[in-house]
Amino acid sequence: MMLIILIAVPLAGGILAGILGRRNAGAARWISLAALLLDLILALVWLLPVATRPLAPTAGPWLVELRLPWISTLGISFHLAADGLSVVLILLTLLLGLAAVACSWSEIHERTGFFFFNLMWVLAGILGVFTALDLFLFYFFWELMMVPMFFLIILWGHENRVYAAIKFFLFTQIAGLLMLAAIIGLYFIHGQISGNYSFDYSALLGTPLAAGTGMFLMLGFFAAFAVKLPAFPVHVWLPDAHTEAPTAGSVVLAGLLLKTGAYGLLRFVVPLFPEAARAFAPWAMALAVAGIIYGAVLAFSQTDLKRLVAYTSVSHMGFVMLAVFAWNEMALQGALIQIICHGLSTGALFVIVGMLQERMHTRDLRRMGGLWKEVPRLGGFAMFFALASLGLPGLGNFVGEFLILIGVFPQAPLLTVVAAGGLVAASIYSLWIVQQAFHGQARETWRISDLNGREAVTLGVLAAALLWLGLYPQPVIQMARPALAHMRQIQVPHSFPAPESTASLPAAPADPQGEMHAIR
Amino acid sequence: MQSADYMALLPLLVLSGALGAVMLLIAIGRHHGLTALLTLAGLAAAVAALPVAAARAPIRVTALLTIDGYGLFFMALVLLATAAVALLGYAYFRSWSGHREEFYLLLLCAALGACVLVVSSHFTAFFVGLEILSIALYALIAYPRHRAESLEAGIKYLVLAAGSAGFLLFGMALIYAERGTLDFTALAAAGGVPATLQSQVMLLTGLSLLLVGVGFKLALVPFHMWTADVYQGAPAPVTAFVATVSKTAVVALLLRLLAPMGAQSGAAFSQILAVLAAASMVGGNLLALRQQSVKRLLAYSSIAHLGYVLVAVLAAGPAAVPAVMFYMAAYTLAQLGSFGVIAVRSSRLTEADALESFSGLFFRQPWLATVFTAMLLSLAGIPLTAGFVGKFYVISAGAQNHLWWLIITLVLTSGVGLFYYLRVVVTMFSTSVPVDLTPRPVVFSGALVLTISTVLLIWLGTAPEPLVRLLQNMAP
Repeated sequence: MMLIILIAVPLAGGILAGILGRRNAGAARWISLAALLLDLILALVWLLPVATRPLAPTAGPWLVELRLPWISTLGISFHLAADGLSVVLILLTLLLGLAAVACSWSEIHERTGFFFFNLMWVLAGILGVFTALDLFLFYFFWELMMVPMFFLIILWGHENRVYAAIKFFLFTQIAGLLMLAAIIGLYFIHGQISGNYSFDYSALLGTPLAAGTGMFLMLGFFAAFAVKLPAFPVHVWLPDAHTEAPTAGSVVLAGLLLKTGAYGLLRFVVPLFPEAARAFAPWAMALAVAGIIYGAVLAFSQTDLKRLVAYTSVSHMGFVMLAVFAWNEMALQGALIQIICHGLSTGALFVIVGMLQERMHTRDLRRMGGLWKEVPRLGGFAMFFALASLGLPGLGNFVGEFLILIGVFPQAPLLTVVAAGGLVAASIYSLWIVQQAFHGQARETWRISDLNGREAVTLGVLAAALLWLGLYPQPVIQMARPALAHMRQIQVPHSFPAPESTASLPAAPADPQGEMHAIR
Repeated sequence: MQSADYMALLPLLVLSGALGAVMLLIAIGRHHGLTALLTLAGLAAAVAALPVAAARAPIRVTALLTIDGYGLFFMALVLLATAAVALLGYAYFRSWSGHREEFYLLLLCAALGACVLVVSSHFTAFFVGLEILSIALYALIAYPRHRAESLEAGIKYLVLAAGSAGFLLFGMALIYAERGTLDFTALAAAGGVPATLQSQVMLLTGLSLLLVGVGFKLALVPFHMWTADVYQGAPAPVTAFVATVSKTAVVALLLRLLAPMGAQSGAAFSQILAVLAAASMVGGNLLALRQQSVKRLLAYSSIAHLGYVLVAVLAAGPAAVPAVMFYMAAYTLAQLGSFGVIAVRSSRLTEADALESFSGLFFRQPWLATVFTAMLLSLAGIPLTAGFVGKFYVISAGAQNHLWWLIITLVLTSGVGLFYYLRVVVTMFSTSVPVDLTPRPVVFSGALVLTISTVLLIWLGTAPEPLVRLLQNMAP
């Protein structure tokens, strides 16, 4: 029940905020804040003790699980479950959700109630994605988070919002439909082999697939997650969507929506299609490295501050994809830390850009400069998050990228070397932001106010979290370790008692270490 | 015929009775509200008679009709959709002067034709039902005689429908010449693909000609030319009827005809259908892209939707029949709602179908815009709406029979489709507001239809289990 309540609280809060917000904008803000705080407290009270408790060796991977019948005639159940990985991501969602509410506090004046309704429903959809274990339900939540996001961009976005919103929606929807086709394909193949027609994740795991079919189905899933991640050739929606979205929209997009792509790769693509993923790994890793370098180079050449931050996401998320397809313990732990830290640091950078825009009504780097004197506290925070983004040791992003590079190196030394170049580029564009915006000659005279209490608390919390993850990431790694370890074990296909009519495929030889040697 | 037969036919008899009663009422004295009320009462009585018929189902009544769960489900869909159209018609014609009452008469007549179609199991019943439906539609489409475009649409529909009926008859004649029977089940029982080439040619030609007639009714590409003009010219409630009832009835018939005959018609026939399906999906979605009239846009989108349905019809597996039934129900709901929004915003002189007239609707009439958004999202197949479950069901049916190319076409073309649905949504949410528009108050009967269809749309989208269970029990 816990998980359902965790998802229902923002849904209900959103409806309430939407209704009351028509009369009173303040009510919508406070209700959203209260609902998310309540949700965060519930998650901490319910999930954290379970997640930090040492697991019994015989127990399944799921810490909490809920299964209700939904459309049982089609083998669809309302199956939610969370392991350590989900718990970490749920906490991240709620934390960044709070930051998103805080940063739209004074930014959104029009139709406030509807805004917070959409924001809360996006967050609920994301929570659903991180916990759904029925593939139909997963797809349901996957789409549920898209529609409110579309409205967030199109109603409260900046100049070019219609174009950006439609582009965003089309990319994610078409890729999502490909995933739906793959889900249904997997469902029937599994049903025909085992006689059990089910969309349940645990049932579908280990479905033996012919190489060609497996590759097609895997690509269907991969398409949806790669677009969301975003991976190199299908990232083109991202700069527009991030740039045009309102600040809260950008925070949720960069901090959470991209993470659903990474989560999908981790949870579904590799465990469901281990063989196909192994065969595809060199390509995926090459795309990831291309994304790392390409995103970094393009980031450096932007003059729009928000667009610049958006391109850095392409670069940073490339590391996550690299790690996922390396599929060893070190890389996966790095991916997890990178997912969290990128969410926090990029989210914070978008918050800062939003604050600058609210004060200056521009995002143009060429018009900034010398702002440090005007807004030293804002500048300080910008410096902090830029350093986090470039991977300064002592902050979380360093831990993530370092673990990823160490983990990937034995499998793909050449790609690792190239990817490490992304770190160098990151330090260039990160320092470039600070130098252009806050240091140097003031190109125009700005009279703007420094951070107020609400803004300082928002950024302070995010900064503290990054510092903590940089200095002592062990609790998070510990929490997710059983989940990651379990995922790495289930890649060996089970053999079904296959009826004679279906050609049963020989199970792939089990790799003793469970390691996936992508490139030797 | 025995009493059980009459009981099974009760919905049709009640509907015919209502038709007579409405005619008499108009002869005695014209009263718009009363006529509408009597029409609704007649439709309600026919719906109430469905369980009586269902208690006897499945039963063969004469050689012509088969009353079974499948037919009764579609009959219910037809009757309910007709009731919704009648309510929309009341809202639409309320402010008109002149003869409004015959609209209901023609509507009941068309509904009767559709009800005959969905239970017919014989070519004679098929043709009679189709003609009852079509002839009523000619008059309905041209109902606003003061509008040139309505008259044009009526004539266009008349000429093309009469032409397609000719194809249909010729097709039936060829099949009869080859098989010696007009009965669907007897045709199916007559065996597999004929041995001789000449017989094969006869049968295939017959089926293909049949398909021309059916394809015209369903507006499949390349028989779709009339669709946009007729949709645009007809008054909005009639457009809703053409888009929902007339198509649902023909789809029901097509499935009933093909399900047993599918095997013997051979691969060639399936290929023809597959090409039609793909052409409709691609053509409908591409043609809808640049439309400036919402009615034309929905017309092309309905072409694409019938293409999606054909994928399930082609699948012909155990999941196919419930998939088609569910999809048609979801499609009917969304189309009724969409044209309902247009109907309640239209006046006697202008149909409110220009895309720019929708701009900023969300800020003037938020409820209306929300309803329309829900309908469009359902047509686009976004979760939480019935359209998603329908699309899911259709893809499932296709996947079960490995129609991968059609599924990929479906997926990609619905991506295109998404774009024009979004265009309408975006227009409704845009902040630029046309100056000359004062919101028309929504008439209660129209609001009722829109509310019910929105609630049903969300309900079917989130909890489809009861309906799915029902359909799986009803499918033959």
